[in-house]
Amino acid sequence: MSAFNAIGEEREIDRDEYTPGIEPQPTWCPGCGDFGVLKALKQALPEVGRSPEETLLCTGIGCSGKLNSYLDSYGFHTIHGRSLPVARAANLANPGLEVIAAGGDGDGYGIGGNHFIHTARENHDMTYIVFNNEIFGLTKGQTSPTSPKGHKSKTQPSGSAKSPIRPLSLSLTAGSSYVARTAAVNPNQAKEILVEAMEHDGFAHVDFLTQCPTWNKDAKQYVPYIDIQESDDYEHDIHDRGAAANMAQEAEESLADGKVLTGRFYVDDDRPSYTEEKQAIGEMPDEPLAERYFDDDYDWESERSYDLLDRHA
Amino acid sequence: MTDDELIWRIAGGSGDGIDSTSQNFAKALMRSGLNVFTHRHYPSRIRGGHTYVEIRAADHDVQSRGDGYNFLLALGDSFARNPQDEAYYGDEEIKPLSENLDDLREGGIIVYDSGLLDSEDVPELEERAEENDWHVFDIDLRSIAKEHGREVMRNTAGVGVTAALLDIELEPFEDLMEEAMGGDILEQNIEVLHDAYELVQDEYEFEHDLRVPEGSTEEEQVLVSGSNGVAYGALDAGCRFIAGYPMTPWTDVFTIMSQNLPKFNGISEQVEDEIAAAALAVGASHAGVKSMSGSSGGGFALMSEPLGLAEMTETPIVLIEAMRAGPSTGMPTKPEQSDLEHILYTSQGDSNRVVFAPGNPAEAYEQTRMAFKIAYDYQIPAIVIIDQKLSGENRSVPKDFFDRQPDPDPGSVLTEEEIAEAAHDESGKFQRFLHDTEDGVSPRSLPGQKGGRYLATGNEHNLSGHISEDPENRVAQMDRRMQKFQSIRTELDEDHESQQSYHGPEDADYGLVVWGSQQGAVEESVDRLNDQGYSVKSIGVSDLMPYPKKEMTEFLESVDEAIVVEMNATAQFRGLTQKELGRFGDKLSSLLKYNGNPFEPWEIVEGFEAQIDGEGQTPGTNTRIEPAAGD
Repeated sequence: MSAFNAIGEEREIDRDEYTPGIEPQPTWCPGCGDFGVLKALKQALPEVGRSPEETLLCTGIGCSGKLNSYLDSYGFHTIHGRSLPVARAANLANPGLEVIAAGGDGDGYGIGGNHFIHTARENHDMTYIVFNNEIFGLTKGQTSPTSPKGHKSKTQPSGSAKSPIRPLSLSLTAGSSYVARTAAVNPNQAKEILVEAMEHDGFAHVDFLTQCPTWNKDAKQYVPYIDIQESDDYEHDIHDRGAAANMAQEAEESLADGKVLTGRFYVDDDRPSYTEEKQAIGEMPDEPLAERYFDDDYDWESERSYDLLDRHA
Repeated sequence: MTDDELIWRIAGGSGDGIDSTSQNFAKALMRSGLNVFTHRHYPSRIRGGHTYVEIRAADHDVQSRGDGYNFLLALGDSFARNPQDEAYYGDEEIKPLSENLDDLREGGIIVYDSGLLDSEDVPELEERAEENDWHVFDIDLRSIAKEHGREVMRNTAGVGVTAALLDIELEPFEDLMEEAMGGDILEQNIEVLHDAYELVQDEYEFEHDLRVPEGSTEEEQVLVSGSNGVAYGALDAGCRFIAGYPMTPWTDVFTIMSQNLPKFNGISEQVEDEIAAAALAVGASHAGVKSMSGSSGGGFALMSEPLGLAEMTETPIVLIEAMRAGPSTGMPTKPEQSDLEHILYTSQGDSNRVVFAPGNPAEAYEQTRMAFKIAYDYQIPAIVIIDQKLSGENRSVPKDFFDRQPDPDPGSVLTEEEIAEAAHDESGKFQRFLHDTEDGVSPRSLPGQKGGRYLATGNEHNLSGHISEDPENRVAQMDRRMQKFQSIRTELDEDHESQQSYHGPEDADYGLVVWGSQQGAVEESVDRLNDQGYSVKSIGVSDLMPYPKKEMTEFLESVDEAIVVEMNATAQFRGLTQKELGRFGDKLSSLLKYNGNPFEPWEIVEGFEAQIDGEGQTPGTNTRIEPAAGD
C-alpha cells in the first residue's frame, strides 16, 4: 500500500481545483502582474496533468510569496530567498511530487542568488518562476537587483550606481537546462511556457516579467512584448547554447530601452536531471525515499550495514 | 595518577601518519582486552605543525585522557621544513620532541627518531631526563624505514620499537595492517615492524618497568568517537537524508554519514552554504524523510533562520552543533563549550528547540536517537551538541551496545485513511495546525497524500496554514507550540531513564556539575577526590533544553556547595542553571577553562581544592574560578 495514492493518479483535473474554496482576499494591488502568474499557473497545471495534491509550491518572501495563499496545492511559504533549497530537498525526498519554486527578483536574484546558481548547476528536476518587477514591492519600493542603473528609490535617492543582474545570462551560465522569459501581460505565452517548464526534465527557469503599478510605474513590464519564437525577425535555435547566450544578452540589453523580448531562450533535452545523475552513481534510491517509512514490507534490518570495527573518521 | 595504565603519545607533523598509526595502536590494545581512550591534538594547518595523539589504555574504565602520559614516540615532522622563508610556527623540526616534554610523567619513556630529530637542539634534555628518571631511546627510525620501504614508514618502525620496549606481541599489529593494506606495501611495513622490534631487543638495554597492563575485558569492543556515535545514532533512528557544508569539527559527522548513507539507500547532499544545508533538511523532512544537518559555530550561525522556519512550520529536523573555540572563526581545531547560549537562543521570537549534550560517544549515540524521536514525535527542531574534543576522541564501547532495532517511525504523520477522518475546513483543506490536542502536537500530512493539502508557512497562520494576524489565533497557536515543550519535559522526566549521568556517592557533601564532553574528566576527578577523603559526586547534564529542573533541583539541594565545570570564559551553563531554577546563586561557583585544551582530571581536583579549601586562590594558569555570585 502506498502512502501517496494521490501521486500519479490519472484523472481529469479542473483548474478550479487549484482555487481555494474560501478564497483569501488577495493582498496584491489592483493591476499587479502577480495575478497574471497565478492565472497562468492555474491554467498550466491541469494541462500538465498534475493534481493539487501532487503539487508542492515553495515560495519565498514578498508579494510573490503570497502566491501560495491563492493557489490551492500543497504549499511551503519559506523564508526570504530560501525557496530553492527547501524545494530541491523535497524533490529529492519524493521525486513523485511536481515541485515548483517561486519568488521575486530580490528573493531569487538577491538574497537567494547563491541558491539559484547552485540549483541551476545541479539541474534539479523542478520549475523555478521568478516574478521580475524590478522593484521591492512588499517593503514599499526599494531598488532591487534587477532595477536598471540610475533607478531612483527611497534607499537609492541619487539613482543606483549598479548595473542590473542579467537573469537569463546568469541562468544559462549557471547551467539551467531550460531558460525562458515571459510576461504577465501575455497570458497565453505564459501558460505555454509554464507547461513546457513543468514537463521539462531538469531545472527550468522562467523569468516572469510582472508589472508593479504601485511602486514601479517606469518599468518596461507594461510594454507590448515581442515573442522571439513568433516574430519573423528572429530565427533563434533554442538548442544552441551559443545562440542562446547571444539572444539572452540582446534581450537583457534591449529591456532597458523598452524592447521586451520573451520566449524560450534555451532548452537542453539531453542533459540528465540531478536525480538521474545521483541515481546513476548510486547515491540516490530508485524508489522515493519518503515512501519507505510507510512500507510495512521494507526490510530496515538489512540496512544496518555500517561496520563498527572499520568505521573511524 | 596510577601506574596500572599506559598513556602512549605519538607526536609529529600532519602527514607523519599519526592518525592511522594511533588508530591501529588503539585497536590492537583494545583487542587485547583493554579499555582505551584516545585524545587528538592538532593545529589548524593542512600540512606540518605540531600534532599528537594520546592513547590511554587500562584494564579499568577510562573516562578521559588522564593526567599527562608515560610514553612518547616522537617522530620527525616530515613537512616542517617550510619552503617559505618565514616560518610562523618556530623551529618545528624538534617540536615533536621538545614540545611534548612538559606532560611526560616521571619514569616515562622517550623514543625519538635520531634520523630526523637532534636531541642536542633540545635544551637541558639530558638534565631533565635525569631529574625525571626518563628513559631515552634515540633510534634511527628513518633508516629502518628506508631499508625496507620508504621513509614515511618510520611510524611503523616506531610501533615496532614501542612493542619491543613494552613487551607486546607483534601479531595484533600485523593483523590490523593486513586489514588496511596489501601487496608490497603490506610486506614492506611488516618487515619494518619486525626489524625495528628486533633491533631494540638485540641492541638496547633497558631498565624501565613500564609495561602494557593486562586486559581482562572479554566482550568484543569497538572503537567509537563522538562523531561515530552521533552518526550511528542518526542512522539507527531512521535518518536517511543529510545536507551539510564542511566545517571543522562538524565535518567528521558529515563525512561518516555521507560515506554510509548510500549503503542505507539514503541521500547525502553537500551544498552551497549552511543556510541551504539546514533549509534542505527542512525540505526533505517536510516531504516525509527523517533528515538532519549540522555545523560548527560560524556555520550554525547561518542556520538560525531555517531553524526558526522549522519551528514555526513545525517541521521536525535534527541539527548537530560541533563546537569549537570562538568568537567568529576562533580556533578551528580547539575545543570549547562557548556556543551554548548561541545554540539555546539563536533565531527570532519566542523560539523553542530541544537541546541535548551527550557526555561521551555512547551517550552521543543514545541522545542522537532520542533527538530524532522527540523531533519527529513533537514536530520541533532538536539540536545535539558535541565539541571538537568529543567529536574526535575514540573510546572502546562494547559492540553489543549498538545492536539496536532501526526506527522507521516518522512520528506524528497521518496515513491517507487517517487524513480522510481528520478535520478539514470548508474549502476542503486539511486542518494541520489544530489547537485542541493534549500534548500540543497536531498530526501532519505529507505532500502527495490525498486530502492532506495545507500551507506550511513561517508566518503566523491559522488551522489550515493560511497566514493570519488574528489575535485569538495567534495566542492559541503560540500556546500550543509552547505546550509541546512542556509535554516533552514531562515525557523525558516520566517515560525515559534519566539522560543525566550521576557519579559518586549519593549522600556526598559537594557536587560537581558538568555538561557535554568534560563529563569523563569530571567523573574521574570525583573518584580521586573521594579517594583523597573528600565527599563529592557529580551530575553530567545532557538535557539542556527543556532544562531538567526536577533533577537539578534535587541534586543541588542535596549538596552544601557545587562547582560547575565548563570550557568557556563566561560561565554559560551556570547562568542557564540560575535562570532556569531562579535560586542556588550562593551555592554555585564555576571552574572555567578556555585556553583551547580540555580539562585534565588533576586540574579539576586542584580547582576543587582551591575553591573548597583554598580561600579562593586561583588553581593554576590554565583554569579560573568564578566565585558564587549570589541570587
